[in-house]
Amino acid sequence: MKTILVGIKRAVDYNVRVRVKSDGTGVETDGVKMSINPFDEIALEEALRLKEAGRTEEVVVISVGPSEAQQQLRTGLAMGADRAILIESDDAPQPLTLARAFLKLVEKENAGLVLLGKQSIDSDNNQTGQMLAALWGRPQATSASGIEVDGDTARVTREVDAGLEVVDIDLPGVITADLRLNTPRYVKLPDIMKAKKKPLETMSLADLGVEAGGDIVSSAFAPPEERSKGVIVEDVAGLVGALKEKGLL
Amino acid sequence: MAKILIIAEHDGSTLNPSAAKSVACAADISDAEIDVLVLAADGESVASQAAEIAGVSRVLVANNAANEPALAVVHAPQVVAAASGYSHVFGPSTTWGKDLMPRVAALLSVNQISDIMAVLGSHEFRRPIYAGNAIVTVTAPAESVVVATVRTASYKSAGGGNSAAVESLELDVELPTHTRFVELQSGSSDRPDLQTAARVVSGGRALGSAEDFEIIYKLADKLGAGVGASRAAVDAGYVPNEMQVGQTGKIIAPELYVAIGISGAIQHLTGIKDAGTIVAINKDSEAPIFEVADIGLVADLFDAVPELEAKL
Repeated sequence: MKTILVGIKRAVDYNVRVRVKSDGTGVETDGVKMSINPFDEIALEEALRLKEAGRTEEVVVISVGPSEAQQQLRTGLAMGADRAILIESDDAPQPLTLARAFLKLVEKENAGLVLLGKQSIDSDNNQTGQMLAALWGRPQATSASGIEVDGDTARVTREVDAGLEVVDIDLPGVITADLRLNTPRYVKLPDIMKAKKKPLETMSLADLGVEAGGDIVSSAFAPPEERSKGVIVEDVAGLVGALKEKGLL
Repeated sequence: MAKILIIAEHDGSTLNPSAAKSVACAADISDAEIDVLVLAADGESVASQAAEIAGVSRVLVANNAANEPALAVVHAPQVVAAASGYSHVFGPSTTWGKDLMPRVAALLSVNQISDIMAVLGSHEFRRPIYAGNAIVTVTAPAESVVVATVRTASYKSAGGGNSAAVESLELDVELPTHTRFVELQSGSSDRPDLQTAARVVSGGRALGSAEDFEIIYKLADKLGAGVGASRAAVDAGYVPNEMQVGQTGKIIAPELYVAIGISGAIQHLTGIKDAGTIVAINKDSEAPIFEVADIGLVADLFDAVPELEAKL
């Protein structure tokens, strides 16, 4: 195929312990480290491996977000993507809007495959890939832990509650990445320098003819309920005693 | 009045327990009429199980050979056709529901509410974000259908004893053939199902190998418990992926959860925080698992676990 599109989202770094603002209007993101959503990084790694195996001519990273998301796209270029497209948007667009915007890019770029993370670790929606596939009228293979592309089809191993499900999909289509698909490569300094010269195009949702709307409104944010502090027992006998006390043995 | 359609997960013969939990969530919406949709090759038996769930008005069965094994791309257009006239369409936040429901939502031109953990009103809900580090109140647009997944660990199953009407449904929908099921690789087990077991014993990276994980199975069998694992233990290859408990694995709510050799990364804690009693056995007294454990034992698991098993 000619082009694989990889959707990447700028999200709070995996290692940040997120805190809810004291006034309940959101979570604290000021001064917090931002990164590529880890599932998207895995999706990008897989696309790069498909390119290295000769399955695609180019890998294009795409993102919808604030202008700061250029940092994450540059990281994607440093990992090995050929070019990047940022659809600038001040608000955090919701999955249906993302899917509509991605579909426009799919048509524009005549993509043979779209790879995305199965979910972002901020909003935890797990929707965008499925929605894109639906609007496109094409196959979806979510939570992938293995992908083999063979001509116009892909065999995808999916992590499901019952184990591993294997499906064949006709391309073009959408695949979302789960954790065990691969381990993303480290970016080397020379690659970061090279990435600065790679093309990064910006456009707006309006340029693509996409209107946001029908959004779900988030209001109050609260920290989760804490579990009450437990007891530390001295030995196994103490553990058995404590379980009996609770009526669990 | 809310007219709610629950999409039921099943394996062709047995209704998944997530259906009764989705019904329990739907029943929290005031003045709700709840129907259940069964998409199957031959769904009579599954439908009769769904008809027993308290609170269900009707069970609708759409039979089609293409419905099994279940594929989201095949089910989604049928759900859309069946959803006409309903104010809400709910599925479970199992891997099946997560695959299917957003495709349904997009076909209905709405965003989806993922992982409902509490109902505040017909269009207002609570859901977890940031791996459960924050809980947000969300409101769906009043004029459109609400498509949502239900965080099953937040709900106790609706009761039984009902005998709702079962009706067959003809859905005249074109179904795609661009996606084909090949196989399901599944470790068969006689142990209680991880997602519904009243007791679960999980092992972590500290077990060190698949062979040594055996002591977890032995303890679980003594307790009549299901067996889970941390992501680290799955990544290390000690056990298969379907045993992973946590944010990206299974989110569970057993009465008793025993975490052995699990440090307690936030992604793991997200999967167990609805458990009744959490027991932790770990060598490291500073491990974060002790912050959420009701009963903690600081000990070498290779001494403590066999001793515990012998005492039961």
